[in-house]
Amino acid sequence: MRRLFVDELNDLHVRFSEMGMMVNEAIYKSVKAFINHDKALAREVIHEDKHINEREVDLEKRSFELIALQQPVTTDLRVIVTVMKASSDLERMGDHAVSIAKSTIRVKGETRVPQIEEDIAGMAEAVKEMVEQVLDAYVKEDSARARKIALEDHGINDFSSRIYKECIRQMQDNPETVIGSMDYMLVSSYLERIGDYVTNICEWIVYLKTGKITELNSNAIEDKF
Amino acid sequence: MAEAKKIITSSNVHLFYGKFEALKGIDLDFNQNEITALIGPSGCGKSTYLRTLNRMNDLIPGVTITGNVSLRGNNIYSPNEDVVQLRKQVGMVFQQPNPFPFSIYENVIYGLRLAGVKDKAVLDEAVETSLKQAAIWDEVKDHLHESALSLSGGQQQRVCIARVLAVKPDVILLDEPTSALDPISSTQIENMLLELRDQYTIILVTHSMHQASRISDKTAFFLTGNLIEFADTKQMFLNPKEKETEDYITGRFG
Repeated sequence: MRRLFVDELNDLHVRFSEMGMMVNEAIYKSVKAFINHDKALAREVIHEDKHINEREVDLEKRSFELIALQQPVTTDLRVIVTVMKASSDLERMGDHAVSIAKSTIRVKGETRVPQIEEDIAGMAEAVKEMVEQVLDAYVKEDSARARKIALEDHGINDFSSRIYKECIRQMQDNPETVIGSMDYMLVSSYLERIGDYVTNICEWIVYLKTGKITELNSNAIEDKF
Repeated sequence: MAEAKKIITSSNVHLFYGKFEALKGIDLDFNQNEITALIGPSGCGKSTYLRTLNRMNDLIPGVTITGNVSLRGNNIYSPNEDVVQLRKQVGMVFQQPNPFPFSIYENVIYGLRLAGVKDKAVLDEAVETSLKQAAIWDEVKDHLHESALSLSGGQQQRVCIARVLAVKPDVILLDEPTSALDPISSTQIENMLLELRDQYTIILVTHSMHQASRISDKTAFFLTGNLIEFADTKQMFLNPKEKETEDYITGRFG
């Protein structure tokens, strides 16, 4: 195989994994900031998002160059397509972390509900775990594990519906919690979306390994439509 | 990044075969330690231009050349130029492997023998170094005294490259060096050229867009005796400025 191409492909892998770690950190910090009412940490997440965006642009540029100059086929081509598609999923995950950080800045001072915040912390922990696992599965190109990780998204959705119901109940019982609960629902839906993007990345890992574009956890099946 | 150093400069190069103008005023400079690919359809003048860089066209009757071609600032067409010395500094590899009907060893040291080198230690050293640089040492080291003609096409071509390297040129010109070879031999030669780039300046005529895009730093596109576009290979293959370039590299030509 062409040496230069192999080096560049490895470089692409490393840069993608680094981006995954940056996004994972952003999610972790945004939820920590939300739970601890830490505005300064939330601002840090918002500020650092530009590095994630720049990394996505960098990965796209490198991928375009590799496709144009090396004309990759079969597995090599799938590696590059996977990086391009999965990096845009990672970038969207980073945007959701920013949205959580923005909620943190907004929610401060409103009446809060510790029980819901505990659920959100649990949900965030589960999402973070999924993100870490999917990055590991990507590095190991482990499609069986990717399929398993996608199944964990059900647990995330359970958290989401529980938090939704609890927020409604709180709002009905105590109108003072309406503004806070709205933010709880938003944060929970951001985390839920991050879980969906993890599922997307799982699908790309399956594609990388098998060449088949597979729908894992179709919403229609999940919601029994 | 340090600014690249120019090794060959050419300006307003016109070349006539009799009355036919094959090159219509080419301005093109080459940086040291870079691979430049010359691309274009057959008859566009790219091989003719390549041959002006070590005066190989002098051998063709009826050729007239005007303009300036300089190697490290010295005009290679000046009347005082020593053409044999020039061709040592600017070596050439051809499309068809052309080993001489001697042993591998004798092929590699041919240029050194011509230059009068007799010391066996020097010659042995040159053979080993050049064959290693040409990435063929391991394949032939036990058969150095067998005929070079017994090798495969890809091996013969690498021995020919070793023959050029043995005289320690500054610039290597290659005229479609892999078009007679299978894909594996081609890849070996491409990898080797990438390794050699650190020590030499490489100028390559190729019909393979893949080869130009994979290994060259810069690409020059020729069409009907004109230089249409010259740029970084990345730029040429992602976003060329000229429509003719785009049409040619995408295969939409004609």
